[in-house]
Amino acid sequence: MKLKVTRDVLVPIASVLVALAIGAILIASQGHSPMTAYHVLIVKGFQSTAGLQSTLSKAGILIMSGLAITIGLRAGLFNIGAQGQVLSGALAFTYVGYRLHGLPIWIHLPVALVVGAAFGALVGGFAGFLKATRGVHEVISTIMLNSIMAGVVDYLTQNQFRLQGQPNTRTPEILHSARLPHIFGYPSGFLIAVLLAFFVSWVLKKTTTGFEFESVGRNRNAAWYAGISVKKTIVLGMLVSGAIAGFTGAIFSSETTGYFVPAFYSGIGFDGITVALLGRANPKALIPGAIFIGGMRSAQSAIQFEAGVAPDIINLLLALVLFFATAPFLAKLLKSNAKSITTTSGWGS
Amino acid sequence: MDTTLLRIENLSKTFATVKANDNISLEVNKGEVVALLGENGAGKSTLVKSVFGLVKPDSGTITIKGEVIEAGDTAAAIRHGIGMVHQHFQLVPVMSVAENIILGDEPHKGAFISYAEARESVKELSDKFGLDIDPDAIVEDLPVGLQQRVEILKALRKNVDLLILDEPTAVLTPQEIEELLQVIRNLSSQGVGIIFITHKLREVLAVADRIVVLRNGKSVGTATPKESTESSLAQLMIGREVIFRLDKKEAKPGAVVLEIDDLYVKDDRKLMSVNGLSLSLHAGEILGVAGVEGNGQRELVEALTGMRPTVKGSFSILGEVAIGKNPHAIHTMGVSHVPEDREKDGLIATLSIDENLVLNQYKNPPFAKGWIRNIAAVNSYAAKMIEKFDVRTPSGKYPINSLSGGNKQKVVIAREMSQDSKIIIASQPTRGIDIGSIEFIHNQLLASRDSGVAVLLVSAELDEILSISDRIAVMYGGKIVAILDPHDVDRTQIGRLMAGATQ
Ligand SMILES: Nc1ncnc2c1ncn2[C@@H]1O[C@H](COP(=O)(O)OP(=O)(O)OP(=O)(O)O)[C@@H](O)[C@H]1O
Ligand SMILES: [Mg+2]
Repeated sequence: MKLKVTRDVLVPIASVLVALAIGAILIASQGHSPMTAYHVLIVKGFQSTAGLQSTLSKAGILIMSGLAITIGLRAGLFNIGAQGQVLSGALAFTYVGYRLHGLPIWIHLPVALVVGAAFGALVGGFAGFLKATRGVHEVISTIMLNSIMAGVVDYLTQNQFRLQGQPNTRTPEILHSARLPHIFGYPSGFLIAVLLAFFVSWVLKKTTTGFEFESVGRNRNAAWYAGISVKKTIVLGMLVSGAIAGFTGAIFSSETTGYFVPAFYSGIGFDGITVALLGRANPKALIPGAIFIGGMRSAQSAIQFEAGVAPDIINLLLALVLFFATAPFLAKLLKSNAKSITTTSGWGS
Repeated sequence: MDTTLLRIENLSKTFATVKANDNISLEVNKGEVVALLGENGAGKSTLVKSVFGLVKPDSGTITIKGEVIEAGDTAAAIRHGIGMVHQHFQLVPVMSVAENIILGDEPHKGAFISYAEARESVKELSDKFGLDIDPDAIVEDLPVGLQQRVEILKALRKNVDLLILDEPTAVLTPQEIEELLQVIRNLSSQGVGIIFITHKLREVLAVADRIVVLRNGKSVGTATPKESTESSLAQLMIGREVIFRLDKKEAKPGAVVLEIDDLYVKDDRKLMSVNGLSLSLHAGEILGVAGVEGNGQRELVEALTGMRPTVKGSFSILGEVAIGKNPHAIHTMGVSHVPEDREKDGLIATLSIDENLVLNQYKNPPFAKGWIRNIAAVNSYAAKMIEKFDVRTPSGKYPINSLSGGNKQKVVIAREMSQDSKIIIASQPTRGIDIGSIEFIHNQLLASRDSGVAVLLVSAELDEILSISDRIAVMYGGKIVAILDPHDVDRTQIGRLMAGATQ
C-alpha cells in the first residue's frame, strides 16, 4: 500500500518536472529566457493576489470537471463528452439565471445550479442509456453528443436566447441573485469544488452506490454475480458524471462569465480529463493538479506580455504533463479492463 | 557429463510481510520430472514464477545449463529455453491450431506466411512428442485439454529444455489428465526437464521422478514416489496426519427445495447445452452431479443461479418459480453459489479480501445501513472468516490478487458457506485447494447438509462426488441419464454412463 501512495504522488510530480524541462528547451530555442517565463508563471499564477484569485477560480472549475471524469472512470466509463455536458449545463443555468426575476439569492442561485446540473445529467445520462440498452460505447456517443450540443447551444444563443440590439452574439446578463458571492475576495466556486471532491471520495468509499460503481468498474461479471445491476450502474454513472459536468458549467457561468457565449467554455471538459488522469482517478488527489493547471492557465497571457513567449507554450506544457503522467496509467487501466472481461488466470496463482 | 539442467540457489522472496520463498534451493536434471507439493500459499507458484522471470526474487540465483539468468526477465528465461504453460491460455480463439503455434515466429515464403510449412512443422512436433492434434482445428472449438496441448506445443516449438506446469490438471477431465501425464513422460524421455505442480497426490505418484515439498516458503523435504504413499506425502506437506476420512452420518433428506422441470439452456456459442433436464433436490442431502466437462453442467449451474437466461422449461426454489430472476433475486431466495470460474465471476481482483468476503452481501445489515456502508463491520466479519477458513494472509486489507490460487478459492467458499442459505450450489468447490483444506471444506458441506441445507455439488473429481454425495446424478448431453446410490456403484459403471452408454 505504502509503495503505491508514493508512486501515485511521484509520477505526477516527475512528469511535471520533465515537462517543464522540455518546455525550457523549447522556450530557449525560440530565443527567450525560460527563467523569465517560469518566473512570470509563478508570480502571476500564485504570488500576486489577483493572480491567486484567478488561479483558484480556474482550479475550482478544473476540480469539478475532473471529478465528472473521475466518477465515470471509477465505474469503468470514459466520459469524453464532459464538454457537451458543460455547455448544456451552462446554457440552462444562464437561462434560468436571467429569466427568473425577483427571487432572493438563496432561492434563485440554488434553483439555477440544480437546473444546470440536471441538463448536464440529461446529456450524460442519455449516453449511459444508449450504452446500457444498445451497447453503444460511451466514447463514441459522447463525442457525437459533444458536436450535437455545440450546435444546439450555438443555435439557441443566436436565436431564442440572444440579447437583442447587441453587435456580438450573447445571452442577456445573469441576474445578481444567481451569481456566486465571493468570500473575502476569493472565489467560492473553489471552496464548493473542494467540498465536492471530499463528498465524491466519501461516496465512493462509504456508500453502497460507491461500492456498486467500484465493482462494475473493476469486474462486470463479478458485479452481476454479486447482485448489482450493471445496466443501472452504467446509466447512473453517466448521469452523475454528466450532472457534475453540467454543474461545472453552471458554476463557471455564475462566478466568471456572467452571460453565455459558447467560446467562453472551450476546453473545460477536456482539461477535466487531464486533471482526472493526473489525479489517477482519485477524487481528492486531483486537487493539486487542478491548482497547478489553473495557475498555468491564469498566467498564460502574462507569459506572452512579460516574457514574450507564445501562449501556446502553456498548451504544449500541459500536453507534455498529460503525456508523461498518464501513458502508463492509461495502459494499466485498459489492460486491467481487458483482463477482467475476457480471461481467467491460472488456478495455481 | 553434468546432467544438471536447472539450479536454484538460496532463493528468497518476500511480499510485504510474507516470506513466500525462504532460502529455497532446488535442482532439476535433464529429463527429470520434479513435482512441487505444498499447501495453499506454501510458495510453489512464486518459485516457478521466479524461474520464468515473472517474479523478481529478492536474493538467490537461478542457473540453467551452467548460465546464470537475469532475474525478473521473462524474455531472458525464454531465450534460455524455459517454457511455462499458464492455466490462462494465451491463444487466439478464432485461429487454427497451426496458426496459433506459429504466431510470433511465422515461417514465410517471401512476404507471405507459408501455411503448408506451418502445418508441417506442427505435425513434426506433435509426432516427435506424441501430442496428437489436428493442426487445422479452430482453437475455440477444442476442449480445454486440447487447448492446453496447443499451449504445450507452442512452448516446445521454442525448443524448451525446461517446461513448467503450474496446476495444469486442475481444469482437466480424468481422461485428459491421463493423456497429459503420458505427454509429460514422453517429454521427459526426450530429455526435457519438467516442474509439475499439483495438489493431487495420485498424479504426483504416477509421474514424478522426485518430489519436493514446500511448507511456509521453505523447502522441507524431498521424496521419491517409490518410498512414498499419499499419506506420507500429506504428512510432509501439512506437518500433521491427514485422515482421509469424513465424518459422514446418514442423511435425513426432507422436502424438495429445488425442482427443475424440462429445462433448456444455451451455451455461449448459442448451442443448446442443457437439453430438457429434470431433477429435484431435497433439503438435507448432497446431490453430486457427475459428468465429463462440457455436458451442460456449467450452463445448468449458471441458469439455476440467474447468471444465464433459459430457453424453455422452468425451475422453482422452495416452491417459488425462479425462472427469469437475476442473481440477486435468487441469492435473496436463499441460494449460495460457488461459481466455477472464481476469477471471472466470483472475485473482484483489485478489491480487498475483506470486501470480497461480503461481495454479495454488501447491502445487507450489518454491512450497510441504508445507503451508508459499515466498513468496520465488514472488516471484523472478514477477520473471522479468514481465521475460520484458514485463508493465508497477513491482513484482509490486501487485495485478493495477493493471495495464492487456493486461498482465493477459500475466500469464495468462506463467503458462500457462511450465509444462512437453504441451498448451496457449488461448482468445482475444491479446485486448486490443498488436501488438508479439502478435508475441511467437505466436512463443512456435510455439516451444512446435516443442518438441513440442500447441496448441489458439481465436480469433475469423481472421488469427491463419490465420497460426499448422498445421491449421484450422472449428466450426459445436457440431461440427467441416471441417478445412482453411492453405496452400490462402482467407478467403471459411472465412467460408462458419463461417456454416454445407456444403462
Ligand atoms: N503479488 C503478491 N503480493 C503479496 N503477496 C503475495 C503475492 N503473490 C504471492 N503472495 C503470497 O505469497 C505466498 C505464496 O504464494 P504462492 O502463490 O506462491 O502459493 P502457492 O504455493 O502457489 O499456493 P496455491 O497452492 O494456493 O496455488 C502466499 O502467502 C501469498 O499470499
Ligand atoms: Mg499456486
